[in-house]
Amino acid sequence: MNNVIQHGGPFQFVAASYLVEIRHERARNLYELLLHLRAVPEASVFFHTFQSMEAHHYTSFSNDFAQWVHSECNDVRLAERLGAVDLTSFPTIAEVREALTALIEDHVEQDPYAGARPAAEPFHYCTLETVTAPLDLTATSVAELAAGIRAISHQTLHHHFISSRLRPRLMVNDFSVWLQSIGLGELADEINRIDFFTNTLEGVRQELLRDLAPYEVGNA
Amino acid sequence: MTTTLQPAVTLPHLEDYTAIVGQPEIAELRTFAKPLAGRTLTMVNSTAVGGGVAEILNRLMPLLNETGLQARWEVMTGDGRFFAVTKAMHNALHGAPFLAPPDAFDVFLAANEQNRKRIVLDSEFTVIHDPQPAALIAAREKDHGYWIWRCHIDLSHADKTVWDFLRPWVERYDKALFSAPAFTQRLLIPQILFYPTIDPLADKNRELDPRFVESVLARFQIDPARPILTQISRFDRLKDPVGVIQAFRMVRRYHDCQLVLAGGGASDDPEGAEVLAEVMHAANEDPDIHVLELPPTSHLEINALQRGSTIIIQKSLREGFGLTVSEALWKKKPVVASAVGGIPSQVLHKITGVLTQSVEGTAYQLRFLLSNPEFARRLGENGHEHVKENFLITHNVKRYLLLFLRALNKA
Repeated sequence: MNNVIQHGGPFQFVAASYLVEIRHERARNLYELLLHLRAVPEASVFFHTFQSMEAHHYTSFSNDFAQWVHSECNDVRLAERLGAVDLTSFPTIAEVREALTALIEDHVEQDPYAGARPAAEPFHYCTLETVTAPLDLTATSVAELAAGIRAISHQTLHHHFISSRLRPRLMVNDFSVWLQSIGLGELADEINRIDFFTNTLEGVRQELLRDLAPYEVGNA
Repeated sequence: MTTTLQPAVTLPHLEDYTAIVGQPEIAELRTFAKPLAGRTLTMVNSTAVGGGVAEILNRLMPLLNETGLQARWEVMTGDGRFFAVTKAMHNALHGAPFLAPPDAFDVFLAANEQNRKRIVLDSEFTVIHDPQPAALIAAREKDHGYWIWRCHIDLSHADKTVWDFLRPWVERYDKALFSAPAFTQRLLIPQILFYPTIDPLADKNRELDPRFVESVLARFQIDPARPILTQISRFDRLKDPVGVIQAFRMVRRYHDCQLVLAGGGASDDPEGAEVLAEVMHAANEDPDIHVLELPPTSHLEINALQRGSTIIIQKSLREGFGLTVSEALWKKKPVVASAVGGIPSQVLHKITGVLTQSVEGTAYQLRFLLSNPEFARRLGENGHEHVKENFLITHNVKRYLLLFLRALNKA
């Protein structure tokens, strides 16, 4: 969320969506993937990892790099390792980039032939332009927060629950920040532990609602 | 059976999409539209009817107006020479040799200049579709408005002569929109990914009464009790209809099934008539191969054929975005398609459909899906969700709103 939550003030839902910008960098093999991965802006790394999670809910892997390495390079071992990089455990994009590059470096060091082997189709680096606008939707209680969570799109849910964690060294989602501000620290922690890495956004929504449900009456 | 269905005569409103994409999507779309209320938008393309772009704009413009934008659609005019030149340019941009008279670019520029004088191009946002009207950017007065070039074609194998001519015009725009990352060229301006979209409420895609589907199958003497494999496409060699027949014959050794090849393009295109003749020859009066030449208005019949099919094939040798694939996926059909053009964006291999590269591969995958109906059903379900998340007209409306909002924020 772009605005800072005032202590005890209402939670403001923000509609969020994005445009995908196609960058010039294209990788035709693992060496080129690595070369560009070291240099592209953080927004591009974010797009291919955190943002693209919503597009991968029925694929085998949770990020674009793993998916491409699997489907276009036919390199299952590396794809598995890249796909297992747990995005929930990194507080910054720089660290995500570091983890991904380290895995690819290690892989091509062990198997230099794999690094130069041509992919079936190139990897196109992209980035995103996020657009946000305040919704006519606020919450002053847990019940209203739950109602709001039911009424927002997947992209907006992604914005509040996943993108928001990447504010520098925060690792906390917007809902937990607000719950903390109204004195519900325990619930805030519980919600922040929801595993968005292996879940769909709809699954995340349902878990959020389940966690909020016991508090709705007392805080309505 | 005499079940009839009338084409929809009124265009849908945004609210009508709520049942499909959900209330949150429509509510948020309206939220994004608020700051754009009353802003002016002009879109220009080269034809009012026929072709995918006109089809998209016919449905898109009313929805954009409904969001509060003052949106206007203009169609450029030109004589036979101009359209012969732009057809040659179109083919060359797709990678064919540029076969045009030496003054082709002069003809192109003269027609653009005439249209520049004829069309009022003073909106805050101007979207120019495809190469034909690209030089209308000359109408832009210094720093006025925000100009976007929407390219619907695959430029990845563009002929150098044509692209060298076109590129300086394109680079005068603020942004270029492409249907897939693989379709782009290196440009000095930002390039945005804009998937083409289908309208789930159009006659081609809307839900149909099962009795109507049955009546269409009966009309074409297709047996609903046996599996039906269908390819919907123009009679064009690039759609490889003869390859589809070859694949079908390999499948039929193991499965008692039928093939439907349905499309148009044979009556108004000499090459289409030739291809149709080749297809009829290859079909060799096989009663299980149904070759249907349909008029361009047969949206409901095509919809019914897709819904009545067991598997949809799109075995193109080359393809633009290939939106017929999304149409099939929307109907929860398992799809076997070539990995060309924009098809891999729609068919994620073994997840939302199956990608193939050859006649043999196509035959094998068709057999596999006929033998594994549960897996085929799952592909269809995933395909439907994939289209819902990416390739519906409401996404197109939203992407344009976001584009204009970004422009406003930067101004």
